[in-house]
Amino acid sequence: MTFSRRSFLAGSSALALTTAPIIGRAQGSDKIIFASILDLSGGLDIYGTAMADATSLAIDDINAAGGLLGREVELKMYDAQSTIQFYTQYATQAAAGDRAATVHGGITSASREAIRPTLARFKTLYFYNTQYEGGVCDFNNFCTGSTPAQTVAKVVPYAMNKWGKKAYIIAADYNYGQIIAQWVDRFVRENGGETVAIEFFPLDVTNFGPTINKIQQAKPDMVFSGLVGGAHVSFYRQYAAAGMNAEIPIASTTFGIGNEHKLISAEEGNGLLAAYSYFEGVQNAENEAFLARMDAKFGANRATMNELTVRSYEGAMLWAEAVKLADSIEHAEVSAALKSGLTYNGPSGPITIDPQTNHAIQNVVLGELQDQEFNIVASYEAEPPADTQLVCDLNADPTLSTFYFENGLAAAGID
Amino acid sequence: MDLVAAIALQLAYVIANLALISLGLAIIFGMMRVINLAHGEFLMLGGYTVVVATNAGVNIWVAMLILAPLVVGIIGVIVERLLIRWLYGRMVDTLLATWGLSLLLVGLVTSIFGASTATTVSPPLGVIRFGNYSASGYELFLILITIALFFAVWLTLRFTKLGLLARGTMQNAEMASSLGVSTSRIYMITFGLGAAVSGLAGGLLAPMTGVLPTIGATYIAKAFITVISGGAAILAGTTAGSILLGGLNGIFSFIAGSTFGEIALLIAAILLLRLMPRGITGRFFRKSL
Repeated sequence: MTFSRRSFLAGSSALALTTAPIIGRAQGSDKIIFASILDLSGGLDIYGTAMADATSLAIDDINAAGGLLGREVELKMYDAQSTIQFYTQYATQAAAGDRAATVHGGITSASREAIRPTLARFKTLYFYNTQYEGGVCDFNNFCTGSTPAQTVAKVVPYAMNKWGKKAYIIAADYNYGQIIAQWVDRFVRENGGETVAIEFFPLDVTNFGPTINKIQQAKPDMVFSGLVGGAHVSFYRQYAAAGMNAEIPIASTTFGIGNEHKLISAEEGNGLLAAYSYFEGVQNAENEAFLARMDAKFGANRATMNELTVRSYEGAMLWAEAVKLADSIEHAEVSAALKSGLTYNGPSGPITIDPQTNHAIQNVVLGELQDQEFNIVASYEAEPPADTQLVCDLNADPTLSTFYFENGLAAAGID
Repeated sequence: MDLVAAIALQLAYVIANLALISLGLAIIFGMMRVINLAHGEFLMLGGYTVVVATNAGVNIWVAMLILAPLVVGIIGVIVERLLIRWLYGRMVDTLLATWGLSLLLVGLVTSIFGASTATTVSPPLGVIRFGNYSASGYELFLILITIALFFAVWLTLRFTKLGLLARGTMQNAEMASSLGVSTSRIYMITFGLGAAVSGLAGGLLAPMTGVLPTIGATYIAKAFITVISGGAAILAGTTAGSILLGGLNGIFSFIAGSTFGEIALLIAAILLLRLMPRGITGRFFRKSL
């Protein structure tokens, strides 16, 4: 329940059309520009607004510690309004107009693919701080979010051990869902299980009745969900309303990063399994301090922190550490510092960039949902991005700028 | 056999769902030739009414069946007085104005409630079982209440004085006006009733789908396609459109998945409008309501 002029402007597309959606202070020539492009309105704002809040806390923290290289860091926040064309436009604006030292942002894989080539062309260091399907291999793009080999590879054997061998996979119908379904299927087979069906849903589907009948017909031991966005939350409600949550449990690769567990009731969600690099329950001093500062800045009603929001903070801090180590904001120096084995200790634990793929080596935690909280049931340390490592070697060719999983895993040479 | 029963219930639910989200739009479009692009937001406001009321401790049935239509009906009357009544007969202008209204409402609700809203309103009523299959009892309730709602609208139009005046105004506004009917008042009431029906539908669907400021966008296209395919007759058209499009959507969703369900619905609507440009009731059931 927040009401501010800023969120009103961000929320009302009608007004946003006539108001330049740039939030930040006036440009000073000696400031270092940090640009963020996220969806603060439209359907994806359930992810974007909290990510933007965490980013702004990171910039506050950097400036409170004296800025970088003796200069203040200025945050330029762009609202892409859940529209891909704005991503392209703002990426160009940030790189060419603002001459930003780095651009952080993109939520869906589609938005990342829209801005990645632009930022590579301008050689503006790009951080994608979202968990995704893996496969980006780009000299200019640091992907700090978790990938399937880090998370799905953990939750699948855990769930199969607990529930049985037969999985029914449902996922959103765009590149993330299509590719993540292939990963889930692959890990199910690797662990000696069987996928009984894979089904995809357009993002605006709200009636899951026919699918629930099909799940009842197929009688799997578990349902694996890669559903995305606000409309798809209906699935979990309707599944519970048909009494299915008591019969066939659910594991998910996406549930929780939009704080879905706060949107449905405790009974509807209890028992669901998910793996990410972070839940609020992670125990360490950095996390405690981070949550306290979030409370101080955004009040007790702030959004629950999850991998997307925490990684938006950590991505910005990791970049700041690299700037300090390089003693420069130049692309080559900062990039070299990031790849030098530099480790940032954030709320989720230590994060190090793997120089072969520009992805993060990170901790992973497995959570079971109980009364709208994820209880951590297993943790894994320093997980490498083994999926992207299968196809990407930036050590061998440091000029690469491709997305290997664009046409699925088979096309990338993974069975 | 159990499977047949489960699928039959699902099909009936898909059809009822489509009919429910379309009826408010059909009333406003059929009666007044106003294309209300803020229809999805009326549904959304009905959903928010239920969520806010139940969070404040109101009984869920009172919130869904009384408060949601009441609140959205009042909003509808205000919108008609301030915005729509200046634009009668100017179809393109109403289209633009209601589109602007839709953006404004999404923006307002986002500023007040935030981008995602905790809707811990679970569907009331238990689970119905058919052998190995089960469905939500609430789905059956929604089917029944949709039928009841259509019946109530039919009774109102057919047997009440208001219904008679409204039908007269719809057929020939000038003639009605010269016979002493205050057409402006009829329009206001009709718009308010259409909005109330939309609010009721949004409130009833809230426990099944949850509410988001942008949820209207997922309904509006389907509601429009149903109403346009149905044609001019409000009840017969919406019913026929819902059965045809909802039935195809349900069957194809079951056989080939949701993506094909949506494709089947859209292809059917395109073919239908190519063959019957005035909708189903432009050719069949022409005398019906």
